[in-house]
Amino acid sequence: MKLMSKTVLLCAVMALAGCANDRFDDTNSVDLGNNAGPVVGSAQDPNSPLYFQQTVGDRVLFEVDQSTLTAAGRSVLDGQSSWLANNSEYNALIEGHADEQGTRQYNLALGARRANSVQEYLVSRGVPTSRIKVVSYGKERPIEICSEEACYAKNRRAVTVVSVVPTS
Amino acid sequence: MVRLLTLLVALSMLGLTLNIPAFAQESGPLKIEITEGVIEPLPFAVPDFVADNGAGAEFGRKIAQVISDDLTGTGLFRKISKDAFISQITSFSSPVQFADWKAINAQALISGAVSVDDTGKLVVRFRIYDVFADQELGQGLQLVGTQDGWRRIAHKVADQVYSRITGEGGYFDSRVVFVAENGPKDQRQKRLGIMDYDGAGVKYLTDSSALVLAPRFSPTGDRVLYTSYETGFPKIYVLDVASVGRRALENQDGTMSFAPRFAPDGRTVLFSLTKGGNTDLYRMNIDGGGTERLTVTPSIETAPSFSPDGSQIVFESDRSGTPQLYIMSASGGEARRISNGQGRYGTPVWSPRGDLIAFTKQSKGRFHIGVMRVDGSEERLLTASFLDEGPTWSPNGRVIMFTRETQGAAGRSSLYSVDITGRNLRQVTTTTGASDPAWSPLQK
Repeated sequence: MKLMSKTVLLCAVMALAGCANDRFDDTNSVDLGNNAGPVVGSAQDPNSPLYFQQTVGDRVLFEVDQSTLTAAGRSVLDGQSSWLANNSEYNALIEGHADEQGTRQYNLALGARRANSVQEYLVSRGVPTSRIKVVSYGKERPIEICSEEACYAKNRRAVTVVSVVPTS
Repeated sequence: MVRLLTLLVALSMLGLTLNIPAFAQESGPLKIEITEGVIEPLPFAVPDFVADNGAGAEFGRKIAQVISDDLTGTGLFRKISKDAFISQITSFSSPVQFADWKAINAQALISGAVSVDDTGKLVVRFRIYDVFADQELGQGLQLVGTQDGWRRIAHKVADQVYSRITGEGGYFDSRVVFVAENGPKDQRQKRLGIMDYDGAGVKYLTDSSALVLAPRFSPTGDRVLYTSYETGFPKIYVLDVASVGRRALENQDGTMSFAPRFAPDGRTVLFSLTKGGNTDLYRMNIDGGGTERLTVTPSIETAPSFSPDGSQIVFESDRSGTPQLYIMSASGGEARRISNGQGRYGTPVWSPRGDLIAFTKQSKGRFHIGVMRVDGSEERLLTASFLDEGPTWSPNGRVIMFTRETQGAAGRSSLYSVDITGRNLRQVTTTTGASDPAWSPLQK
């Protein structure tokens, strides 16, 4: 408390010189050396799309030719649904993908199944359908390009992209 | 661009005598039976076409070259080098010295003349000779077209040679619409291209701003159906080849549509529509109305193709657990499975002759292009590689073109062709990567 008062006082003095008020974003912090808080929109800001992508986890992976969610996948999606509940201005686009084993048309349909599995799970966790859109890229957008299972495994994915752009 | 073939009746009055010596009857007419097991390519000679006037000069050699490439490319014909020629053809109307062509074993001789008329039109006349019968094979023809269209005229001559000797329709005066690809696998740019069947004269129909997939020609070759991500979601578009104008065919919100295919009537379109993660087959009018659902299953139904008479549809479905080929009535209903081998089957395409289905097969980590009879019997795999897919038929049902993609991080797509006996595998020359070919009908 004593420290806080000092800080306020210090800031009052500094206000004349343009006090950086983001120092007070995190009121639990009393450590002057570490109380800057995350930069809004950065990967440390829990309400940022970057945080969603990197910390919550924006993707789930699938077994060969499958669209059933794994236990690990469901756990990631639980995190996604909480994040979406806390950030209601964001909508989600779920992109389904397949690896390169399979024909173009079949993989489009398979990617759609995967995106749909994610959508259904998120809806079951309370995310309104109106906030979710789905698309499939089939095998058109690999992120790993070796022709081995190590790469295929990462390409068989559904990625949730969050943005404030309306879904409709 | 090119007027219809005109019989060169005038030539029969030019003093060309067509005496048929007795031995010609014994040797039989010049003919290649394509159904035979092993084919010895038929040797032919195409001297440069004689220029009837100065303006025609630049075309004589080029036209002969394209005819020669067309015939050689079939694997059924073998070119005799010009260096071996004993007599030169300097006048189209002079009698052919058959002995000189027999001496170099030219079984077929194609002789022609080219000129540019008063209106700037290219005029090409040609005759095909059965050398060992000392006679002409069929009648001489005259073709008239634009100078820009010289390649098409050459292809039409080659189509005549091919069809007179094999007894089957030709396929050289045709085009291919495809997806031109640039960039590495994880940043691939795609746009629609159209070119002659041999890779010449590439033109682009879209830019690379949106992902495009699997173009398909209308039965007359004037329009193309394809899938584009223009809106961010895969939707079917129809594009007019001449004007490059396009419009979305269907735009139901919250759905994806892809794998379109024209019916033989040129008005009905079959396609896949995905709703709630489930992909089924639908048909609709090219004008946008009359959407009708053909399959109602929780499985994936895609890659539909009509029989040439429009009465049936062959398609791909994983209703049995793995993707397999099925045939049903064009109005839907019960489907019967036709693929029975080990592996996964996809992208079935009905041959223009109606007797065969070409398909992609995935088995033991390899991809194949194959053909089977309509009842699923006599399956024959024509190719094998890391990734072969998406067959399309030549207009005469003799050759199949498809996509081959190489393995690994540097993997690149190219177009290949193979004939339905599995012989004569060739890469089609393209300047960019290329995938998803669709072969046009023979041009008029």
